[in-house]
Amino acid sequence: MSGQAVGQPVFEELAVGDVVAERSRVFTRDRLVRYAGASGDFNPIHYRDDVARSVGLPGVLAHGMLTMGAAGAVASDWLGSVGHVLDYQVRFTRPIPVDAETGAEVTITATVAALDPEKRTARIDLSVVFAEQKVLGKSQFLVAFA
Amino acid sequence: MVNPEIQGKAYPSTAPYTVGREKVREFARAVLAESPLHHDADIARAAGYADVVAPPTFPIVVQDLTLQQLLADESAAVDFSRVVHGDQRFSYTRPIVAGDELVGTMTVTSVKSLGGNSMVTSSTEIVDAEGAHVVTAISTLVVRAQEEDA
Repeated sequence: MSGQAVGQPVFEELAVGDVVAERSRVFTRDRLVRYAGASGDFNPIHYRDDVARSVGLPGVLAHGMLTMGAAGAVASDWLGSVGHVLDYQVRFTRPIPVDAETGAEVTITATVAALDPEKRTARIDLSVVFAEQKVLGKSQFLVAFA
Repeated sequence: MVNPEIQGKAYPSTAPYTVGREKVREFARAVLAESPLHHDADIARAAGYADVVAPPTFPIVVQDLTLQQLLADESAAVDFSRVVHGDQRFSYTRPIVAGDELVGTMTVTSVKSLGGNSMVTSSTEIVDAEGAHVVTAISTLVVRAQEEDA
């Protein structure tokens, strides 16, 4: 690709352990409603405290797929047009309760975990931290560079 | 408890889902994906794509149509109000772009029980209008035990 913009990732310059992107995101109730509409996931535990409590939850939780989506977006925004995603997987290990007034602030960190120079692939591990605890396990985003 | 006999069960393919440009933009805004590839068709075309590119987790929209089949299947006995998402994976052959016509076909690959909870793993193959593979979406749903089962 010609005319590569400044700041785009270059495969040869990556090293295992590099933090390539870090973002803070605030999940508010209206963000959950927006995600419900965009995705089609209208499970009421993501917008009704009474329903969430009736099934034994502390209150409204963020959609796991909102967390996975927001984390994946940090990695794909970093990648831009210099490559594409081959595989993205996560385990949901902790729920994120979303306070009606203040929401829930998460920190998403993308770190280079493995490089394959022959295939020109990079595995980016995505850490999502809420209230000082990781909420995803085995969160791996595998990309192929052009 | 989820019926263990649904392990191996394949469900009918979904009706074609046409990926709309505004839907891609809406989904990208919802997950805070800011790359212009999701929003600006000219920039996406300049980068070699046919139209705006869907964010990495967009296939959940098509996969969800297949998961609804599972939830509606009375023989499966999956209680939606007790479902939590255990894990999720997308394995791509190529990115999804606006204009794609996608069909999903789900198979239940595993049903396990652990301490009264059931874990249902399903795999949804998503293909384009030519029948070519685009992405496989795999998820494990954990159906939490009712208090009286635990």
